[in-house]
Amino acid sequence: MQIYLPIAEVSANALTLLGIGTGVGMLSGMFGVGGGFLITPLLFFIGIPPAVAVATGVNQVVASSVSGVLAHFKRKTVDLKMGTVLLLGGLIGSGIGIWLFRLLSNLGQIDLAVQLAYVVFLGIIGALMFQEGLRAWVRTSRPNPRRRKLHTHTWIHALPFKMKFRTSGLYISVIPPILIGIAVGMLAAVMGVGGGFIMVPAMIYLLGMPTKVVVGTSLFQIIFVAGFTTVMHAVTSFSVDIYLALFLIIGGVVGAQVGTQIGMKLKAEALRVLLAVLVLSVAGKIALDLLLMPEELYSIRVVGRH
Amino acid sequence: MRVILALALILLAALPARASEIIGALSHNRVSLTANFSGSEILIFGAIRHDTPLGDDAPDYEIIVTIEGPRHPVSIWRKARRLGIWTNVEAVSMGSVPSFHAVATTAPLEQILSPEEDARHRISTAHAIRPEQATGSVADVDSFTEALMRLRSADGAYQSLDRWVFLDRNVLFRTTVALPANLTEGAYTTRMYLVRDGVVEHQFRTAIFVRKEGLERWLHQLAYDRPLAYGFLALIIALVAGWGASAMFRFVRS
Repeated sequence: MQIYLPIAEVSANALTLLGIGTGVGMLSGMFGVGGGFLITPLLFFIGIPPAVAVATGVNQVVASSVSGVLAHFKRKTVDLKMGTVLLLGGLIGSGIGIWLFRLLSNLGQIDLAVQLAYVVFLGIIGALMFQEGLRAWVRTSRPNPRRRKLHTHTWIHALPFKMKFRTSGLYISVIPPILIGIAVGMLAAVMGVGGGFIMVPAMIYLLGMPTKVVVGTSLFQIIFVAGFTTVMHAVTSFSVDIYLALFLIIGGVVGAQVGTQIGMKLKAEALRVLLAVLVLSVAGKIALDLLLMPEELYSIRVVGRH
Repeated sequence: MRVILALALILLAALPARASEIIGALSHNRVSLTANFSGSEILIFGAIRHDTPLGDDAPDYEIIVTIEGPRHPVSIWRKARRLGIWTNVEAVSMGSVPSFHAVATTAPLEQILSPEEDARHRISTAHAIRPEQATGSVADVDSFTEALMRLRSADGAYQSLDRWVFLDRNVLFRTTVALPANLTEGAYTTRMYLVRDGVVEHQFRTAIFVRKEGLERWLHQLAYDRPLAYGFLALIIALVAGWGASAMFRFVRS
């Protein structure tokens, strides 16, 4: 069934859109990620204009994050104070990202910028996750796991403007969380992702937050940053397609519930290696597109539209 | 079909006596873009009024029908390898090219129309895009305008329909043109040319109006006229859907 998307101004198959939503929703339920990093490239592949794919992907992230954060609020695994600091940075970053997006669109280089961002970030994160996941997998099969040091002092603890984060049990400067927030906010605006895949490792390894509050706090701030980015994209480039978002969201929420059930049956370490492989293959596919000579060298862009 | 032919004959009778003339009409001149729009087929029909009675030595008439969508400015990009990566490097911009262009004829265009007449009336796609308006700091502007035609032909936006117009007894003609699903809003100028000995003898012009309807129209207008409200609408839908989904599944599980 073909449906006409009023903002993207293209027709797409409703079942394909629902399928993408459900598939990515399942993965996000299994792995506890937002899935924006998969939705946006998949929308490129089916011919949605990049600007619309990014802005609508961000809108879908809002829905999946709300769905996820409610469970974390119940378990009290959200550090509201840390979340607020991160989201302040996130809003600044999103603003910068939106400006950058407009600039690159006008130069005709937005596709390249988005694709390069995907290759670089997904490549690095995927490789790190793969290595970490393999190590954890090996560790669980040994009888006596080595204990990690609880507290390590690094240069981060020497920075000024310290603040107490009770839920996380931290007393650190607000500068690193704000910088992390800015970086993730920029990614949200340019790549159409929630940025959980950057945020979560940054919170664990750079800020030293306890793992149990990391996902909830990350989701909490993503809602606001993604929400802000959605509205900004709608205002600056008129590129949020509500129809498209609705199909992705419906598929996504159903898929997420199924994915969660599957995820509980799999081993956590194996799951991380699987996710790493998935992230690496998306990065690899986009990298190949950039490196191999394309079949069609020319492309048409209608001035003043997406 | 019989009704249409009868209609055409009535149209014909209403014409004042002059040199051979062409007159035509459309099966419908409004196309609504709604969510389930998957393209539309337009029937174009009409008749020729002859200045002389049709004898055995009557000249052969040919018909050309063109439909041209709203014009808009485009830039055409070409990729090249830079630092090992294929990226958009060169661009040519054109101020006004048709978003849609179809040419339907009774016989191959180059056989029935002289190149001068084609250029004067801008009938074939190669003339309709007005390649002379292309500007850019590249050596081969032509390959960009050719790429525009090739890409647009591939997705059905530019169509060349030889022997697609059916001319009956040198009087009545009809043809169908399929409008693709991804149409731009606006007026689609439809021209019917009466051609004899490679020269356009008379032409008739009408238009098809394509516009978004219903909820799509409302959303599109909201998005462009009140983008802030639209942005918040998108946000609220996402929030409600996310919250509703988790609430629903909690309810189902308990």
